Amino acid sequence: MTMRRDEALRVLARHVGDDIVVPVFTTAFDWIAIRKHPLNYIMVGAMGLGSSHALGLALGRPDKRVIVLDGDGSLLMNLGSLVTIGDAAPKNLVHFVVENGTYEANGSHPIPGRGRVDFPELAMAAGYRAAAAFSDLAAFDKDVAAFLAQPGPVFATLQVEPGPSPDFDYGHMHGPAVRQAFKAALQASR
Amino acid sequence: MAQVDAVAETNVLHGRRIIEAIRASGVSFIPCLPDIHTSEGLLRPLTSEPGFKLIRVCKEDEGIGICAALSYCDKRALLLMQYSGLLDSINALRIVGVEYGLPICMMAGLLNKEPGVPPRQSKHYSLRIVEPILEAMGVAHHVIETDADVGKIQPAIEKAYVQSRPVALLIGGSPLP
Repeated sequence: MTMRRDEALRVLARHVGDDIVVPVFTTAFDWIAIRKHPLNYIMVGAMGLGSSHALGLALGRPDKRVIVLDGDGSLLMNLGSLVTIGDAAPKNLVHFVVENGTYEANGSHPIPGRGRVDFPELAMAAGYRAAAAFSDLAAFDKDVAAFLAQPGPVFATLQVEPGPSPDFDYGHMHGPAVRQAFKAALQASR
Repeated sequence: MAQVDAVAETNVLHGRRIIEAIRASGVSFIPCLPDIHTSEGLLRPLTSEPGFKLIRVCKEDEGIGICAALSYCDKRALLLMQYSGLLDSINALRIVGVEYGLPICMMAGLLNKEPGVPPRQSKHYSLRIVEPILEAMGVAHHVIETDADVGKIQPAIEKAYVQSRPVALLIGGSPLP
């Protein structure tokens, strides 16, 4: 069983207030259409670095909850970041991996270990406080509030199939406007 | 005696002076990977220095993302690593540091550099290419060879944050504690 990515993100968005959210690549385009907010941090640059940016934000702003919406392909490129985050142990960091088994932004080729890699087990072994896997929308809707209420770092996979193709506006993602808007909003949120 | 100290300062590099310069630069976060070139003289003393939060990363490009994010929080960071880690982080530095224009401050040990020999004149290919690569990327860089160069550190970090540009501080001499 899997969820549609956009539907899972809509459920999550209902539980996200003024949190900082770090969505990566294809998920980022879905997310910013669902949650229009200047505290979306979409400028992670190189693939795989989303979790590292999220760690920096969590350490730099311990008063804010930081939610990273990672990709499975992205996390595989920066798997060590699980251990780094487990070691730093920020209580305000929530790490989701939107797991579709592919490098969707690069032609939907399968990730290595597709269907075999157990990301929650990896996260627990790396030192996260809790980990879960969600593959059913109703169950995610029911349990997400309790999941988010735990002290971090916590981890969960959202096992999804692609929804409608988002608008891949890379110019917006990498342009200066989102960076300036984020910085201004973060400073105003003190 | 003072004369002897003055002579010594021109030939050696002390980690404690680097640490003083880092502190004076307002840096409070140190993402780091150990480098045998700076291990005993710099990283180990840093572990017991108050006022610094060390973030032990598994791979150096993690530190690029961490430094970038901290800059949005108005927190200064310095990524401490070996030059091989800098070379391994080029793509992250390219987009996050250069294209996004963020103050990614890096301090990289030049392991095996010959004392007193400029990096681009080293017999080691891996060391010779470091500065030309940084220049091709438009990344400011400074060689810290002896105590006489330590004064470059604070202005370089300050400039990086004022201009929101990356900077690489290349540790040529192996620091004494």
